[in-house]
Amino acid sequence: MSALVINKLNCFYQENKILKELDLELENNQIVCLLGESGCGKTTLLRAVAGLQTEFTGDISINGRVVNSAKKNLTPEERKVGLIFQDYALFPHLNVFDNVAFSLHEFPKEEKQKRVNEVLALVRLGEYAERFPHQLSGGQQQRIAIARALAYQPDLMLLDEPFSNLDHHVRFQLIDEIRLLLKSRNMSALFVTHSKEEGFAFADKIALMQAGKIVQIDDAQNLYRFPQSKYVADFMGQSNYLPVRVLDNHCYYSELGEINSPNIIKYDKGTELTLLLRPEQLAINLDVNGKGVVEQISYLGPYQQITVSYLAKLYIIKQSTHVGACMQFNEGDKVNMDILCHDFVFFEKEKVS
Amino acid sequence: MPILALVMSAFSVDESGSFQHLIDTVLLDYTLTTLQVIAGVLVLSLCFALPSAWFIACCEFPSRKVLQWALMLPLALPPYIVAIVYTDLLDFSGPIQGFLRDFMGWQSVGDYYFPDIRTTSGAIVILALTLYPYLYLLLRGAFLGQSGGLFQAARSLGLSPFQAFKRVSFPLSRSAMAVGLSLIAMETLGDFATVNYFAVNTLTTAVYDTWLELGSLTTAAKISSLMLLALVILITLESYSRRKQKIYQRSGATHTDLRFVLSGWHKWTVLSGLWLLLSLAFLLPLCVLIYYAIGYFSESLNEQLWQYTLNSFWLAIIVAGLALLVALVVNFYQRLSPGLAAKMCIRLSSLGYAVPGTVVAIGVLIPFTSLDLWFNQQLIEYSFSRVGLIFSGSLFILIFGYLMRFSAIAVGSIDSSLAQVSPTLDMASRSLGQSVGQTIRRVNFPLIKKGMLTAFILVFIEAMKELPTALLLRPFNFETLATYVYQFVSDEMIEYAALPALLIVLMGLIPFIVVNRLLEKDC
Repeated sequence: MSALVINKLNCFYQENKILKELDLELENNQIVCLLGESGCGKTTLLRAVAGLQTEFTGDISINGRVVNSAKKNLTPEERKVGLIFQDYALFPHLNVFDNVAFSLHEFPKEEKQKRVNEVLALVRLGEYAERFPHQLSGGQQQRIAIARALAYQPDLMLLDEPFSNLDHHVRFQLIDEIRLLLKSRNMSALFVTHSKEEGFAFADKIALMQAGKIVQIDDAQNLYRFPQSKYVADFMGQSNYLPVRVLDNHCYYSELGEINSPNIIKYDKGTELTLLLRPEQLAINLDVNGKGVVEQISYLGPYQQITVSYLAKLYIIKQSTHVGACMQFNEGDKVNMDILCHDFVFFEKEKVS
Repeated sequence: MPILALVMSAFSVDESGSFQHLIDTVLLDYTLTTLQVIAGVLVLSLCFALPSAWFIACCEFPSRKVLQWALMLPLALPPYIVAIVYTDLLDFSGPIQGFLRDFMGWQSVGDYYFPDIRTTSGAIVILALTLYPYLYLLLRGAFLGQSGGLFQAARSLGLSPFQAFKRVSFPLSRSAMAVGLSLIAMETLGDFATVNYFAVNTLTTAVYDTWLELGSLTTAAKISSLMLLALVILITLESYSRRKQKIYQRSGATHTDLRFVLSGWHKWTVLSGLWLLLSLAFLLPLCVLIYYAIGYFSESLNEQLWQYTLNSFWLAIIVAGLALLVALVVNFYQRLSPGLAAKMCIRLSSLGYAVPGTVVAIGVLIPFTSLDLWFNQQLIEYSFSRVGLIFSGSLFILIFGYLMRFSAIAVGSIDSSLAQVSPTLDMASRSLGQSVGQTIRRVNFPLIKKGMLTAFILVFIEAMKELPTALLLRPFNFETLATYVYQFVSDEMIEYAALPALLIVLMGLIPFIVVNRLLEKDC
C-alpha cells in the first residue's frame, strides 16, 4: 500500500489554478522532496494533502484511506498527518513538555508522560522539557516540532521548508538527524523546499515542480544527469548547450568538431539537436592555436570555474583545484576544448526553445 | 443598518421645513465653524504631539520614562471637563484674573485685556490639549519602529540631528501622522459638550439641537448625513495617503539603542516644554478637580452620585463585554474564512468609531423608533395592549448605540493581537488532531488574552466617558456620570461637577494604567 496517492489534483486560489491535474505517489518509508521556484505550487500541494486547502478537485489517499475525493473531504484533524513548518509553529504559551503532549491531552497522565519522554529522547532534548520555546535555539525548536508531530503518531509527515530558518552548519546536521529519525520510524514524508542541496541531502526522490505541475520525478543523481527538459537541467545545475547535427549512427558534428557517441544514435541523419554539457563534462588544454580564450577564472574552494569564449559563445567549465590534478590557466590564455566521455543528453530543437 | 437608515432618512422629505430653514440661515456658518475648529485642532495637536513624540522616542533626558506614558494621560480626561476647569480658572471671576486685578490694581474689565476662553479659539485649544495624545501615541510608535540604522546613515552623510529628523524620520512617519490626524479630526467632529459649553455652533451641536429642541429627526438625519459625507471623504483621503505605505521591517539597531543624550539648554528647554504640556493638559485640570471635589465633598457625595456611578459602571461593563464578544466573532470569522465578506464585516464594524456619537445616536434612533411603532401597531392589530417604546425608550438602544460606536476599538485590538498569532500555529494544532473550537480554546485564546483584556478595558474607558450618545439615547430618568457632570456643567456649577468628573477620570485612569503596563510588557 502506498503512503500517499494523489490523482488529478487541481487547486485554485481566487481565479488562478495553482495545481494542474497533478499526480504523485509516495511509497512506504519514502521521503519525497517537492522542489521548485517560489510560486510553483509546492506549498499548496502540501497544504492540500494536510487538508488546509479549500478550493480543489481531485483525489488524495493517505495509507490507503481516502481523505479527498468528490464525495469526501476530511478535516485536517481527521487526516493523521504531522505538519512541520519553517517557523517551527511551537505554541509559545506552552513549555516543551506541553507542546509535545499537545495532541495527547485525552491520554492518561502516565501514558502521556511515557510518550513525551520517548519522543524527546529520540530528538535528544529530554532535559529541555520545562523550557519554553523562546529559550531554545532554532535547531532545538525544530527538533521539538518534530517530536511533537511524532508523538501524534501520524501516517505521513509533511515538512514545509523546515530548514530554511537555520544556519548552514545546523541545517545539514539537522537534515541528517531528521532523515535518520524518519527512516528509523518507517515514516513516509513529503518535504517542500526551494533548495536543491536540501532536497539532495534529505529526500529519496525529488519531484521538480514548474507552474503547478511535476515536470520530472526521480532520484537526485538521475535528475542531474538525465534531465528531461532544459528547465530541469538548468534548475539542477549549471549547463552549457552545444548545437549539434547528426552525421551518422555514431557521430555528431558541432563547432567543437566531430563528436563520437558512446551509444548508437537513434536520430535520423541531419537532425539538429542541442547537447547538454555540464561544466564538469568539458575540459580545456592550453594551445596557442586554440579557438577558445579564457575570459574569467573564479576560485570556488574545491574547484575553479573557468569561463571560456569559444567562437563567440561562452562556456562554463569546472576544474578541480586539487594540486597536480589540473593545469594552471590565466585569463587571456588560448585554449582548446574537449568533451569528456559521458552519457549524452540531447534536447530536440523545440524543447530547447 | 443605522447608517443606511440615516442616509435613507436624509433623502426623505422634511415636512417641518426646518432643514430648509437651517440652510437659509445658519448651516453655512455652522459648517465653516466646524471646519475652522477641525483645522485649528489639527494644527495645534500636531504642534503638541510631533515634538513630544520625537523627543521621547529619539532622545534621552531626565524623566523621559515617566513622560513617555504620562503624556498619554490627557486621554483619560473628557474635553468638556477640561473646558469647565479652564473656564473657571480664566473667567473674569476666576483666580487668575482676580490675582492680576489685585496685583496690578485694575478695577474693572475695561482696565485691561484678557483673552476670552469661551470662543472658537478657546475650544480649539481645549480640544487639542485633550486629543493630541492620539497623534502622540501613533507618532511615538512610528519613530520607535523606524530603523535606527536609517537615522545613523543620515547622520553619517553629514546631516545634523534636526536635518536627519526632517529628511528621514519625518517623511517615514507621515502614514502614522495621517492616521493620528484623522482620528483627531473624527473626535473633533464628534465633540458635542465642549463646543456647546463654549457656545461654538458646529454641525454636532446642530444635530443635537434639531433633535432635542426642534424635534425633527429628519433634519437631524440630514445634518448627520452631511457629517457622514465629510467622514467618508476624510477616511478616503486617509487611505489614499497610505496607499503607497509599505511595511518596513525594523532591522538592526533601533532608536532605543541610539538615543541622543540631551544636555545643557537643550535638555532644559525640552524638559520644561513637555512638563508644561502635561501640566496644562492633565495635571492642572486634575488638581483643580481634586481641589473642588475635596471642598464640596459632603455636598457632592449623595445617593444620586452613587446611583449614577453604578449606572455608568454597569453600562460600561455590559458594553465592553458585548463589544469584546462582537470583536471575537468578527475576527475569528475573518481568520477562519478569509474573504470579501469577512473583510467587509471588519470594515463595517470599524466604521462606528469614526462616526460621531450624535450621528450614531440619530442613526440608531431612526430604525428603532420605526420598529417600536411597527411592533405596537402589530400588538394592537392582534388585540394586545401597547407595550410602549421597548426598543427606542429603553436601555437596549443606549447599549446598542454604545456598541455601534465602540465595538471598533475592540475589533481593532483583537485584530492586532490575533495578527501576531502565526496562522501556522492554527495549522499545527489542526494537524495534531484538534478541531477548530479546540484550536481557538487551546491555542488562540491563551495567546490573545492580553489583547482581549485590552479590548475590554479600552471600551470600558470610552463608555465611561461617552456623553453625546448617552444624552440622545438614554431612557427617561436614566443618568450616567457623564450626563450628570454635563448637567452641572450646563448650569455652570463646577464645584458640584468636580467629584463625579473626578470619578470618571479615575475610572478611566486606573484601567488605562493597567492597559499601558500590559502593552509595555508585550513590547
